[in-house]
Amino acid sequence: MSVAVRVIPCLDVAAGRVVKGVNFLNLRDAGDPVELARKYYEQGADEVTFLDVTATVDERATMYDVVQATAEQVFIPLTVGGGVRTTEDVSRLQGHGADKVGVNSAAIARPELLSEIADRFGSQALVLSLDLKRSERMPSGFVVTTHGGRTETDRDGIAWAREAIERGAGELLVNSIDADGTKNGFDLELIAAMREVSSVPVIASGGAGRVEHFPPAISAGADAVLAASVFHSGQLTIGDVKRELRDEGIPVR
Amino acid sequence: MTAARPSVAVLDYGSGNVHSAVKALELAGANVELTADAAKVAAADGLLVPGVGAFSAVMKALEGVNGAEMIDRRLAGGRPVLGICVGMQVMFERGIERGLTTEGLGEWPGTVDQLDAPVVPHMGWNTVDVPEDSVLFDGVADERFYFVHSYGAKEWGIDAMPPFPAARLTWAEHGGRFLAAVENGPLSATQFHPEKSGEPGIRVLSNWLRTL
Repeated sequence: MSVAVRVIPCLDVAAGRVVKGVNFLNLRDAGDPVELARKYYEQGADEVTFLDVTATVDERATMYDVVQATAEQVFIPLTVGGGVRTTEDVSRLQGHGADKVGVNSAAIARPELLSEIADRFGSQALVLSLDLKRSERMPSGFVVTTHGGRTETDRDGIAWAREAIERGAGELLVNSIDADGTKNGFDLELIAAMREVSSVPVIASGGAGRVEHFPPAISAGADAVLAASVFHSGQLTIGDVKRELRDEGIPVR
Repeated sequence: MTAARPSVAVLDYGSGNVHSAVKALELAGANVELTADAAKVAAADGLLVPGVGAFSAVMKALEGVNGAEMIDRRLAGGRPVLGICVGMQVMFERGIERGLTTEGLGEWPGTVDQLDAPVVPHMGWNTVDVPEDSVLFDGVADERFYFVHSYGAKEWGIDAMPPFPAARLTWAEHGGRFLAAVENGPLSATQFHPEKSGEPGIRVLSNWLRTL
């Protein structure tokens, strides 16, 4: 008996539509987020993640509607990231049906935000989202980036993960900017490095292209796998990924 | 003849995401109201006590709406109550989180403390070990359910005392074993989130509704 590996579709949402671009650029329309979330729920997704990739004030209201409509018909955990800057944002998202929030650049700018959220809502509701890129500048070899990888910070990826856990992050969403959109597989070294320092669950993200890419991410130490475009394009179903994991002896639901 | 839909009050005391619990109960067949009104809580066929976050924060928020009194009063009259996640944990005597001990509602003896596992929170879909006579898990004993918690009750401190039936205990494992669900007379509780456990979770809720 052990907890199953989670397979999580991620829906990047802009102005109420699902979009996905290679390396975050060239956004393409991929459909209605509520319909897609429901489809993935029926396919056996273990959670659904929404990422608000516009995060302008105008479009934020649309996101709350999307979250609420989804939570009314999708009875699995729902994580919402993108533009979460205050505990009030978290409160409002939870009020619309989100279970967890993903925090990224706002925590880099002001790390105290992590403890504020964890103290008020609990660590289980707080996912630290990391966009990491390989960099020789950093001791671990990974630098924290913002703006979808276009801006490098002065933070070491692994050191930042450790700090975030101490401040109350209950889960790490580790996205490899190098692998994102390539469909050449996850960055296994990055996952292994995270597992080494993380006492909280690690979600591997970035680079999934074929079913064979998923089991190695779990072997490298991930507790969950997240992908977007391979699911939206119909190239893979949640079921395909789970079948492959099961065939490799990995427990899935 | 179709039986009337049972009424369920979901205790509204500012606990995280209660939206899903309300919708899941409706899907399971209940008329649901999110409320902290004492008369409504007392009158409903069932009371659901949600709960996420820190044990101490949940206790404080419950105090703010006289939650303890409402729950006590229902249980004293044998009226069904279902606790979920931290809503289960607070039914025990105390919780210890980050070295802080907080008094719980004390409906059951025992302490809720940290899970002994390399990775916490225990987050995700796990199997459960269900007793044969369970009502809550009727038809779904072999399914996985969604857990997200760092603390749990690892022991059960009530011996069966005839003529009262023994509590039905469902266990799960993460590091060591902990209580995944308890069915004890009018008071039932689940450590996992039935409202986040897909179809099997909805079934747990409809099984509970059948007891109302």
